[in-house]
Amino acid sequence: MLLITEAYFDNSSTTFLCKEAKEAVLAACDYNGNPSSLHRLGTFSSELLENARKQIAKALKCSASEIYFTSGGTESDNAAIIGAVGALKRRGKKIVTTAFEHSAVINTMKHLENEGFEVVYLKPDESGTVPISAFLEAIDQNTILVSCMSVNNETGAVLPIELIKKAIEAKNSPAYFHCDATQSFLKYPLCPENSGIDLLTVSAHKIHGPKGVGALYVKKGVRVLPRTFGGEQENGFRPGTEPLILINGFSAAISAFGDAKENARKCALIKDHIKTKLEAFDDIVINSPKKSSDYILNLSVLGVRSETMLHFLEQKNIYVSSGSACAKGKPSHVLTALGFDKARADSAIRISFSKNNDLVQADRLIDAIIDAKNSLIKSK
Amino acid sequence: MKEVLLIKNGEIALKGLNRATFEDVLIKNIKNALKGLGLVEIKKAQSTIYVSPTNDDYDMNEAVKRIKKVFGIAAFSRAAVCEKDMAKILETTVKYLKDTLPFKKTFKVEAKRADKSFPLKSPEICRETGAKVLENFHNLKVDVHNPEVTITVEVRDFNAYVHIDQISGAGGMPVGTGGKAAILISGGIDSPVAAYMLAKRGVNLTAVHFASPPYTSERAEKKVKDLLSTVAGYSGPINFCYIPFTKIQESIARECPEDLTTLIMRRYMMKISQVIAKNNNCDALITGESIGQVASQTMKAIACTDCAVDMPVFRPLIGMDKEEIVKISRKIGTFELSTLPYEDCCTVFTPKHPKTKPNISDVEKAEVFENCDEMVKEAIENARYEKIYYKEI
Repeated sequence: MLLITEAYFDNSSTTFLCKEAKEAVLAACDYNGNPSSLHRLGTFSSELLENARKQIAKALKCSASEIYFTSGGTESDNAAIIGAVGALKRRGKKIVTTAFEHSAVINTMKHLENEGFEVVYLKPDESGTVPISAFLEAIDQNTILVSCMSVNNETGAVLPIELIKKAIEAKNSPAYFHCDATQSFLKYPLCPENSGIDLLTVSAHKIHGPKGVGALYVKKGVRVLPRTFGGEQENGFRPGTEPLILINGFSAAISAFGDAKENARKCALIKDHIKTKLEAFDDIVINSPKKSSDYILNLSVLGVRSETMLHFLEQKNIYVSSGSACAKGKPSHVLTALGFDKARADSAIRISFSKNNDLVQADRLIDAIIDAKNSLIKSK
Repeated sequence: MKEVLLIKNGEIALKGLNRATFEDVLIKNIKNALKGLGLVEIKKAQSTIYVSPTNDDYDMNEAVKRIKKVFGIAAFSRAAVCEKDMAKILETTVKYLKDTLPFKKTFKVEAKRADKSFPLKSPEICRETGAKVLENFHNLKVDVHNPEVTITVEVRDFNAYVHIDQISGAGGMPVGTGGKAAILISGGIDSPVAAYMLAKRGVNLTAVHFASPPYTSERAEKKVKDLLSTVAGYSGPINFCYIPFTKIQESIARECPEDLTTLIMRRYMMKISQVIAKNNNCDALITGESIGQVASQTMKAIACTDCAVDMPVFRPLIGMDKEEIVKISRKIGTFELSTLPYEDCCTVFTPKHPKTKPNISDVEKAEVFENCDEMVKEAIENARYEKIYYKEI
């Protein structure tokens, strides 16, 4: 349970379930029929399911028939990438992505490399993002898929997704464009059709919905092969009886999310406050690029290992995420791709916001980080 | 069909006059290992321990899995029980093996006639059983030299038993017959293996774990407890002792020369462990060190940590390569847990260039800092204990 005195700043890992989603989850527990059943109970369930689909479609300004429910971001990424590559493999063998995608994309790409595809991982430049020029250079007629996140999950870097379709067209490439929008869905205006996105990943639990459900937008006319086989659910693309309880929670979370601009403004205020206060110290460096999501602030308190800082803050009921794995694990591929030295990567923490945070919590976090900086023994 | 386990004890058989004591400990350990599976009757006769479940729905597969880990057992068999009557034996053989024999090509029968009053002699038992099997399973041929399956019929004091293929036991000595010792456990790959190896020689375990929150986390502690509950499958319950080590570790990092910090930390760990060991009636310490594995495990470095205490320190992995250690850790099921990436005491303040040839008098001088004795005392006073039982992770 979250106590009033606690400050949760790990919203990019997951958010707290909102009241509305919780109620919707409970309400859906009374819908026991299988949405595929022909009888009345099945019809009830099916109506609830289709309403949820419309809700997501509305948020993405697309048609409900373009929305496929999945188990979350990871599955959507896998299904989109493997499905697209499967459909286009006769037209080329090349895939273009970035070096700091989420593991759900990176490891799917590694799998495809083993299957014989050529994957180009574009490195972010000194500004902390991948410029569109890098895409233009990499995409060619042999490229069948471009996969690029909208916002980086560790640094909050914003990627030029509005321009990627133009680059694909300019190069006469047959490529589909997949966008992992897990970190920006609802937080920033997003219309896949206007942005030229063919496949788009979204997840419920990053926007105060339940864990275990997400969706994939597949633009009408875009062909992706299924990778799971079974019944006719989700047009045969993602068979299996739909988890109506989670889906209804997802739908309610979308309606309850509130005004995107207002939320972003609130987060920006908190982020700027923390950033201004902390960057004044010589041994604190900001890892998030200048132009980054209002929801994410990544910084390093040099000499204090990420995991140590995380546990120090935890003792004060403040929760953040370690931007990098600990000394025993592998360093984060994101921070490695950004070219950070070991000391900086080893001490990176990610502070991520939601509309539930406020400036009082921010001040507690600032004080705690300064306290940690002064009292913890620094590694040399 | 009623099944039992026939357990042959290993080395214990060689123990002369103390044998009964060793056997009693083994029986107690077997009982503990089978705890929670239901009632069993355990008796011993002719250097065999009989484990007979009193319930028909007893989970024999789980029992076999657990018995495989009990030290002091050379081998055991899972057998069907019947009356000491040749007709019953034949009937039991066919019924008991009906799901095994159709998939084999060759077999032989062995008879063990411990009850010399049984009317048929061993060769006759073999002959009759063999004939019955051939009559019922047309896929089988007899091959006395290289059979795919050996059917054993044992006629013993109480009953007759039919079984195939002996199952290898864990070997070693029953835990509790080899004294008590305290293992220093951090959460790496080596220490659980070292603990396992001493348990195998019958040693009862206390585990001392040093934690430095917030540099180390609750997860690191849970990881160590999970490791220990895996080891407890072999060693029986482990007496876990948690030592709060933050202050000492911070002082070492702050006050001592950087190239000696790891070594000095280990010496403090040894000194504290020795007190914990004595408080828990342990006569020795155990560590997972192996010569030359890391800077603090060169021979000179080990000499430096060794002389921090005066009780014997056992290092069962001393001559082993990492690969050999990993192989054992995989076998006993601790490897995956060991490699979970949490910071532990040994990884937080690692010096860049640790001394590999430390000089003991330098170390002894360097390790003194303000209030060090008080801090050691405080750490020992604040030790927290917990009993760790076997659980499947």
